Amino acid sequence: MPKYMLLIYGAAEGGPSAEEMPAEHQKWNEYTASLRAADPGLVGDQLRDVDEATTVRVIDGETQITDGPFAVTKELLAGYYIIDCPDLDVALGHAARAPIVTHGSVEVRPVFVYPAA
Amino acid sequence: MGPGGGWRSQDGDPAAVAERVFREERGGVLAVLIRQVGDFQLAEDAVQDAFAAAVATWPRDGVPTNPAAWITTAARRRAIDRLRRTRSLADRTDRLAELARLDSQEHAVEGEQSAVEDDRLRLIFTCCHPALGLPARTALTLRMLGGLTTGEIARAFLVSESTMGQRISRAKAKIAGAGIPYRVPTDDVLPDRLRGVLAVVYLIFNEGYAAAAGERLVRGELCSEAIRLGRLLARLMPDDAEVLGLLALMLLHDARRDARVDDVGRYVALDTQDRTRWDQGRIREGLRLLEQALRRRRPGSYQLQAAITALHVEAASPEQTDWQEIAALYGRLAELEGSPVVELNRAVAVGFAAGPRAGLELLGPLLADPRIAGYQPLHAAHAELLRRAGDSAAAGEAYRRAIELSGNAVERAELEQRLSALRGG
Repeated sequence: MPKYMLLIYGAAEGGPSAEEMPAEHQKWNEYTASLRAADPGLVGDQLRDVDEATTVRVIDGETQITDGPFAVTKELLAGYYIIDCPDLDVALGHAARAPIVTHGSVEVRPVFVYPAA
Repeated sequence: MGPGGGWRSQDGDPAAVAERVFREERGGVLAVLIRQVGDFQLAEDAVQDAFAAAVATWPRDGVPTNPAAWITTAARRRAIDRLRRTRSLADRTDRLAELARLDSQEHAVEGEQSAVEDDRLRLIFTCCHPALGLPARTALTLRMLGGLTTGEIARAFLVSESTMGQRISRAKAKIAGAGIPYRVPTDDVLPDRLRGVLAVVYLIFNEGYAAAAGERLVRGELCSEAIRLGRLLARLMPDDAEVLGLLALMLLHDARRDARVDDVGRYVALDTQDRTRWDQGRIREGLRLLEQALRRRRPGSYQLQAAITALHVEAASPEQTDWQEIAALYGRLAELEGSPVVELNRAVAVGFAAGPRAGLELLGPLLADPRIAGYQPLHAAHAELLRRAGDSAAAGEAYRRAIELSGNAVERAELEQRLSALRGG
């Protein structure tokens, strides 16, 4: 069965306020549960804030370490799921129900599946 | 698969007959084969192989009585051959098993009409899937369902053949790689997806309709292709009011195609078109379909646009056009899909129904709207209303602006003529 990664992108600004967080957590718990019901093998994580990211490059043999994400973008990677779905439409259906979509977006990326030798 | 049809000498060169049959049957065969082999590229390659076989054997054995069935069976056999030789497909074993099963069926349901039509619906929805970019959807739809070659599509959209070829290849690769399913969408997303299909078909039609005189031979093909697709959709989904509405709209526009450009290639405005050059057959059909659509009492954008066009063609003369009703319909269309272009058309209609000053009032906010500021017809309409309101100086400026923005030689010539008519020259 094809595998898809759902990349959860939140808006840098205009997300839920501190008061709204508990309700937001609840929505995400319910959402994750619904995905797990569809695929018991579901994996996923919430990522810590992009302020705590560090980027590594090696250029001309020199290791460069910089504070922050690989690119400054208006939407920030907040988390991911990897889920088995029979086809893209099912994956898109899951993505459309993610709590983030009203103020962010979800990228649906197929995961490389290597053919059996 | 014996000498079913026989070979009549007046059918012409066997290779040419095979080519004609393939062009006619290819869409339906591909639709079925893609479902059976589970892959666009494999299905296309297999059909190509079958074509080569047909060219080789039909002159000898005669054209089969059921060419589509012959082609489908031959293509499936060649798909099996190709699949055996391919090592890398993930579910190769499953696919081979399924194909072998189909091949050994005693009671071939090959070419059974309703089964083919189900597959053609699957093919249309897949080609128009929103995960594909709009240019890709358009190209793929024309290639898989239309009768056009890659080269013909390329010329119609004014890109090189290799560019168009790549666009189509990438689309097929995405369908395979991202797992776009080969199915009619589930009910929860069907209305949205159908809108997407209709949008692709209408886009194809407009590309052909807007073609300038020099490109008409090639691009006019697009109108015919779009109408063919529209007819296919109407046959497959006869209960959908917007499907009928779109076909009606295209037929009513297409009926006037020959009158839009005069014998020396100049653009002819609606109010001065030679109405004897309108195709009355297409008009009658379009009006009948519109009526059918409206009876379903599910109004929509294509039906509204068709109703507006119907009012234009039904007027006995341009002076007798029911501009008031047209303005009202544009008003309803604006409610459905408030776009600046719809507002522009409404302003023009109001300009005829209630006088140029009323039209200019509605046009005002549009001139400041960045979405439409660079749209040539806005300034052409502005110029017309100013001229009729008696402000020649401002009208001249507006015509000049329109000429600057026009990307079409035939259009520009018409605008230049109106500008010089202003000066009395």
